[in-house]
Amino acid sequence: MSHISIHDVGKVFHSGGQEVCALEAIDLEIRQGEFVCLLGPSGCGKSTLLNAVAGFSPPTTGTITVDGSIITDPGPDRGMVFQEYALFPWMTVEQNIAFGLQIKKEPKLTIQEKVNGLLAMLHLEEFRKRYPKDLSGGMRQRVAIARVLAIDSPILLMDEPFGALDALTRRNLQDELLRLWTELEKTILFVTHSIEEALYLADRTVVMTYRPGTLKRDLAIDLPRPRDVASPAFNALKKELSALLMEEQSRHNQDEFRGAAVD
Amino acid sequence: MKGYRHAASGLLVPLAVLALWQLLSSKGWVNATILPSPMQVLVKWWAYLRPGEAFDPAQGSYLKWCLSGELIQDAAGSLYRVLTGFIIGAGLALPLGLVMGYSRLVYGLFNPLIQVLRPIPPIAYIPLSILWFGLGNPPAIFLIAIGAFFPVLMNTVTGVQNVDSIYLRVGRNLGASRWTQFTRIILPAATPFIFTGARIGMGTAFIVVIVSEMIAVNNGLGYRILEAREYLWSDKIIAGMFTIGLLGLGIDTAMSRLSSYLLKWHRGLEQG
Repeated sequence: MSHISIHDVGKVFHSGGQEVCALEAIDLEIRQGEFVCLLGPSGCGKSTLLNAVAGFSPPTTGTITVDGSIITDPGPDRGMVFQEYALFPWMTVEQNIAFGLQIKKEPKLTIQEKVNGLLAMLHLEEFRKRYPKDLSGGMRQRVAIARVLAIDSPILLMDEPFGALDALTRRNLQDELLRLWTELEKTILFVTHSIEEALYLADRTVVMTYRPGTLKRDLAIDLPRPRDVASPAFNALKKELSALLMEEQSRHNQDEFRGAAVD
Repeated sequence: MKGYRHAASGLLVPLAVLALWQLLSSKGWVNATILPSPMQVLVKWWAYLRPGEAFDPAQGSYLKWCLSGELIQDAAGSLYRVLTGFIIGAGLALPLGLVMGYSRLVYGLFNPLIQVLRPIPPIAYIPLSILWFGLGNPPAIFLIAIGAFFPVLMNTVTGVQNVDSIYLRVGRNLGASRWTQFTRIILPAATPFIFTGARIGMGTAFIVVIVSEMIAVNNGLGYRILEAREYLWSDKIIAGMFTIGLLGLGIDTAMSRLSSYLLKWHRGLEQG
């Protein structure tokens, strides 16, 4: 049974008197426990789609349902991880992680236990009393992941979460995320513009077109995990996706030359 | 080591100015009534600081006697007015600023009036303050409260309006109620601005206290330097002025220490 159901979703923005059609006729079904990557060039509307699922900016047309109920607002059943980490700088690592639990009004002892568990799970124990400004990018993103895991949402929405990290930290966190995903049986919708990242992580990679954002290709990645990025099968898929993406990227470039790109 | 050298180089210019000043006075190039020598000022300052009467155990404790000097009494009087006025002014500005920053409706209602009142210097309220509150501390505190009110208000409004929307999105995503968003996200996110406003407000309060003491009350540092003018005690005027300067510096340093301590999470204060 499908868990997240996106049906005929369209989104129109008004930008400087112009109407920009960011999404058009998107149909996407995501099963429980599936890891789906949305892949596309910048401006293809992949983040717009993610924000619509998160409930931050509802679609202009069509509906998004989770377990059969229509999404109208953001909620803790769909935890979001942002590219900019968005940790609260005035809270320490443990306060950041505990925040969602305090909102749920869980008892103090339970909060303490859960926070300790998450600190251990994400290797953050030594940093529990630190403020975000004293953490590296990778550490910050671990805290942000721990913060949404704390509220135990069945769905994780991730908006280019590793986009600002260096290659090694990125691979490290990708492995960590796969481990957590297997262990905790989450459904993940993950936005990226990196082909390799999508192929490394996802059960399915959905390629989007550039403006209007539509679904260009829905590709199942059947490679066994852990995936070998140097294997011929991986590279064959990479080649295939690169070709698809380049077509969209060139349309983006043309728009940019005409000065019509709005990001 | 570096710190000492830094402090030493900071003393160079003041010492040079003092030396030049002493030279002008010793050579008799300036009239001592118009500009007394630094030595003369120092002597007067000590006399001003020292208790007036000899110590008498029957009158109370030794500490009380030590603090009975005119200067200390004046400084305490000024400080009391500054703090009371600041607490009233900032205490009214903070809630109004928070609500104005949060609600466009409230902002629209209050902002026009505030923009008209804000440029009026607190000194312009002197006649009204005397009419309304008579003489003594109340009009002085009223003026100080006005001086502290606007900087705290404006900075609080800006602070709340500038809260990064991503924090609010995180809050909504985690299921925070509006009240939780306000108390746990908007308020802490706005504190750097609010503290800046408080520091500016405290500075204004300190300027206003001196002026207000020149009109409405009969003690305090502002009163004392005006009184000294009546007798042409220019050494006492200058001693009073330096006391005002040092006290102001002390208050500002205390405010800035307090805010770096409370905002230790803040990026801008990393070196602090």
